[in-house]
Amino acid sequence: MEEFVLSLPLIGPLWESIDLFYRSRADQLMEGLRITLMTAFSALPLAVLLGLLGAWAKLSNSKLANTVGSAYTVIVRGVPELVLIIVVYYGVTQGIQDSITALTGEDIRIDLNPFVTGTLTLGTVYGAFMTEVFRGAFQSLDKGQVEAAHAIGMHRIKTFWRIMLPQVWRFALPGIGNVWLVLVKATALMSVVQLDELMRMADVHGRSTRQPFLFFITAAFLYLAITVLSIRLQHWAEVWANRGVRRE
Amino acid sequence: MPDISWLPVIDWGDYSGWGPLTYEYLGRYSRGFMVTLGVTFSTLLVGFFIAIPVAVMRLSRNPLIRVPTFAYMFFFRGTPLIVQLYLFYYGSGQFRPELQNMGIWWFFREPLYVSLLVYLLNTTAYTAEIFRGAIQAVPFGEIEAAKVIGMSSMKRFRRIIFPKAIRIGFPAYTNEVVFLFQAVVIISLVTVMDLFGVARAAQSYSYRIYEPLFFVGIVYLASSYAIFYFMGRVETMMMRHVRDRGDVEAAKALTAKKTFALR
Repeated sequence: MEEFVLSLPLIGPLWESIDLFYRSRADQLMEGLRITLMTAFSALPLAVLLGLLGAWAKLSNSKLANTVGSAYTVIVRGVPELVLIIVVYYGVTQGIQDSITALTGEDIRIDLNPFVTGTLTLGTVYGAFMTEVFRGAFQSLDKGQVEAAHAIGMHRIKTFWRIMLPQVWRFALPGIGNVWLVLVKATALMSVVQLDELMRMADVHGRSTRQPFLFFITAAFLYLAITVLSIRLQHWAEVWANRGVRRE
Repeated sequence: MPDISWLPVIDWGDYSGWGPLTYEYLGRYSRGFMVTLGVTFSTLLVGFFIAIPVAVMRLSRNPLIRVPTFAYMFFFRGTPLIVQLYLFYYGSGQFRPELQNMGIWWFFREPLYVSLLVYLLNTTAYTAEIFRGAIQAVPFGEIEAAKVIGMSSMKRFRRIIFPKAIRIGFPAYTNEVVFLFQAVVIISLVTVMDLFGVARAAQSYSYRIYEPLFFVGIVYLASSYAIFYFMGRVETMMMRHVRDRGDVEAAKALTAKKTFALR
């Protein structure tokens, strides 16, 4: 039976490769998946934090803050992510090295951990997209509520904490979900700076076993699984966040 | 050039290299930029026309048509573009004997051809999703009116649904154009010499890190906003006759969704 299957064109080699794959390399891909998820989960809080800061900067009355906020989003939206990743990974490392050399005169080599760089880069890039999400969310707040809070004597920080922030989450949730989906996909670009995430694991093991198609298609379906799961979770989160809202 | 060698942060070294290095590579940069633009706009043009029937198929009532179309669109929108590129370019190597037997190996051997195919499939999926949202946002009253005066379904689509949908979908399509233009950098990872590929080559030949990156960064920034500006002009031209704000509101709602639009 097995000989017959193996003798078939297309199906034979495919069967052979699937067999080999499940015998030896599946756990390597799982390790890659774990690192992909870890990178995305560590970059997300950073992106949210930068997004809140950016939205505050863009909406504040300070000219300087406006300029900084706008420059941040304009640059990140205008330059491809891959270019930014390379800039941060090589450029920033080199910059730190050069500045240390310039200041102390010592020749120091810095190896930035790819995981740390990946998290920082993705967090910074998607912080700009989060800025737009939060800016929209803050703008859809009911201004009367903020005025009422001021009128009863709430401090600005207290107003932000008690009145604005709880509602901003609700307005921002669809946008955050979308940025998350894009962020997960963007972790695959970190393979170019040797972060051992799903894409790189598929590449490395696909080459060494000469079964690149099988490894890449498996990786693709794992990314799809994350997407499907995220969309489900996002739906539940939106239902939960809107539980107290009267439907029109 | 002002003397900036006193700057403590970065050792600028021979800062006069900035100009000459970029100048030396200018020919190669412009060739690379042509590759980037060529891939972007050829796939966008072809993808636009394929995306219209795909969007209609996605909205079909027949599950035999709808489900495969949905699967295709979901695969290309839900996976990273880099995985798709590697899957088609490096993955096809696994079936080399079979592809050679079929006589199509010449296509899969050439990174530029494979990239064109992948970018076409990718942008078609994203564009079809924009069209799907736009077609669904066409006010039902207009379709109903067209039915009442006896238009056939083809005529209805050509005269009523499509012209309206294209206006609703246009701002979202603007984003698609810019995001695709930016996504073409990934092509350099499968050894196509696009603008970014030239910059990487310039980096490794000259051992200079900042200049090529800085230069291409500026070029991408400027072209992205040039595209935004140009598409904005086209949009105002298209929307000139529109009195009611309905289209504009629907377009805004569609753009705001932007469901996983970046690659």
